[in-house]
Amino acid sequence: MSEAVIETRSLRKQFGNKTAVADLTLTVGPGEVFGFLGPNGAGKTTSVKMLLGLVSPSAGSGRVLGKPLGDVKSRARVGFLPEHFRFQDWLSAREFLEFHGRLYGMPAQKIRSRSEELLARVDLLDSAERKLREFSKGMLQRIGLAQALLNHPQLIFLDEPTSGLDPLGRLLVRDVIRELREQGTSIFLNSHLLSEVEVTCDRVAFVRRGLVVREMALNDQTAELEVELKIGPATPELLAGLAQFGRNVRPLNGEVHLQMDREESVPALARWLVGQGVPLYRLTTTRKSLETLFLEVMGEDERPG
Amino acid sequence: MNGVLTIAWLTLHESLRRRVLLVALILGLAFLAIFGAGFYAVTHSASTLGRGVPGGPQQLIAPAFLSMAGMYAVNFMVILMAVLMPVDTLAGEMRSGAIQSLVTKPIRRSAVVLGKWLGFWLILMGYLLLMSGGIALTAFALSHYIVPDLSTGIPLLMLEGTLLLSLSIAGGTRLSTLTNGVMVFGLYGLAFVGGWVEQVSALLGNSAGSYLGVLSSLLIPSEALWHLAAYHMQPPIVRDLGITPFSPASVPSDGMVLWSIGYVLVVMTYAVVQFARCDL
Repeated sequence: MSEAVIETRSLRKQFGNKTAVADLTLTVGPGEVFGFLGPNGAGKTTSVKMLLGLVSPSAGSGRVLGKPLGDVKSRARVGFLPEHFRFQDWLSAREFLEFHGRLYGMPAQKIRSRSEELLARVDLLDSAERKLREFSKGMLQRIGLAQALLNHPQLIFLDEPTSGLDPLGRLLVRDVIRELREQGTSIFLNSHLLSEVEVTCDRVAFVRRGLVVREMALNDQTAELEVELKIGPATPELLAGLAQFGRNVRPLNGEVHLQMDREESVPALARWLVGQGVPLYRLTTTRKSLETLFLEVMGEDERPG
Repeated sequence: MNGVLTIAWLTLHESLRRRVLLVALILGLAFLAIFGAGFYAVTHSASTLGRGVPGGPQQLIAPAFLSMAGMYAVNFMVILMAVLMPVDTLAGEMRSGAIQSLVTKPIRRSAVVLGKWLGFWLILMGYLLLMSGGIALTAFALSHYIVPDLSTGIPLLMLEGTLLLSLSIAGGTRLSTLTNGVMVFGLYGLAFVGGWVEQVSALLGNSAGSYLGVLSSLLIPSEALWHLAAYHMQPPIVRDLGITPFSPASVPSDGMVLWSIGYVLVVMTYAVVQFARCDL
């Protein structure tokens, strides 16, 4: 397996008496779209800042693109869209991209061609000569995204990339993420919009009070597969037999519900029921939404109010 | 080095776009026009009085005094610009988060500090050269008075501006914009008072006051640099007569120049180290 693009071990950040990040241990693989989820104040932004070298960790270690955190040269292969994007607003959109291209050390010709390409990609070609101070929040976010893509990054950090965008803008970001994934770019996505994360990410980590409490792959959510059975009488023996296929077997509203570990076991379950001579009227499988999972993982105490 | 130059370019560009350069240029030219008109009026009336030997001290007093008054005003404007231009550049961008998009690029943090310093330094020095050169040229054009030893005086004023600019940049790596401004102006005020205490004490032969002045100059040598520049930019005969407020009774030593250069280096080293360490 290729080297991880992000690898951290027990990263911790303390601001005085306050622990912003208690223990950040995670790995992001090459080409992976990784969602970093958690409520406000969970330490997500501080974690991103540590990975980017903006904030120095109080303890622990980490590597980004195989280099220690904060390594200057490796930043040439990293892109970043900050959550609170405040840019040089006296520059025009084109000048802004050219300036950031120079910071990346790109040749002038390359900066020009890449800027044109990205202005078109984020639908700002018509506003290329306008000053950023005249831009709406959504336009600023899009030019910020273009800035983060200038250097064809190998790894890109997107901190709440759709927070200021209308539905069309969100669709644009989603398409950009999809394109980046196809190109093999690794993406570290920090977002509150779980529906966005659900359709774009390969894997997510839930962070609560500065601690990664759970990591899971979104394209392999078998652990959260809920099976509903409409069958004949649910005898205790039948319920005990169903337990071999999953857990949390329970009668509910005239049906039997259980959670299965593997989707591949569903046909075997159906065969077993038929083999047992149990009338099977309906078998449905559903997955929990990311929002449901998020609420479960975070617990009721993280709910505001 | 590329990072330093890119940030310096950005700083110059920002000053241009925010019309800092335009306003400074227009007001600078207005200042020179008023100075020229005043200079002509005063030196013309002084010469028509017809007193004194041509080229003697009486003939030199008016142009020397007016030239030094002009240089003093230029020096003060340079001080204001040196403090105010960069006072918000790091503190403000750190507070707003704008700095994040810069320091996550493949450049060292020191490049951000040094690039901003370089950009503002170029503006400040350009302004100083334009204004002090304007004063000297006006004086020569209107009365054939040559401001003495400009080649020593102007570099001293440049060093003073550089010192205050560096303090303002360094303060911004740790303090908020307002606190930074208060700190640098407070230090300048301290040097100003200390410098005059030293001059008056030297006239009265009060050694305790002189020591106090030297001590304040060590704390921040800006005023000492002005007094040294003023000493060099006056004709010796006018200076020795002590008949203008710009004739220093106590001349700072050349050691103060070395101290000031070391001061700038230490302050900028602090700025670079502090900015490299801080969480953004």
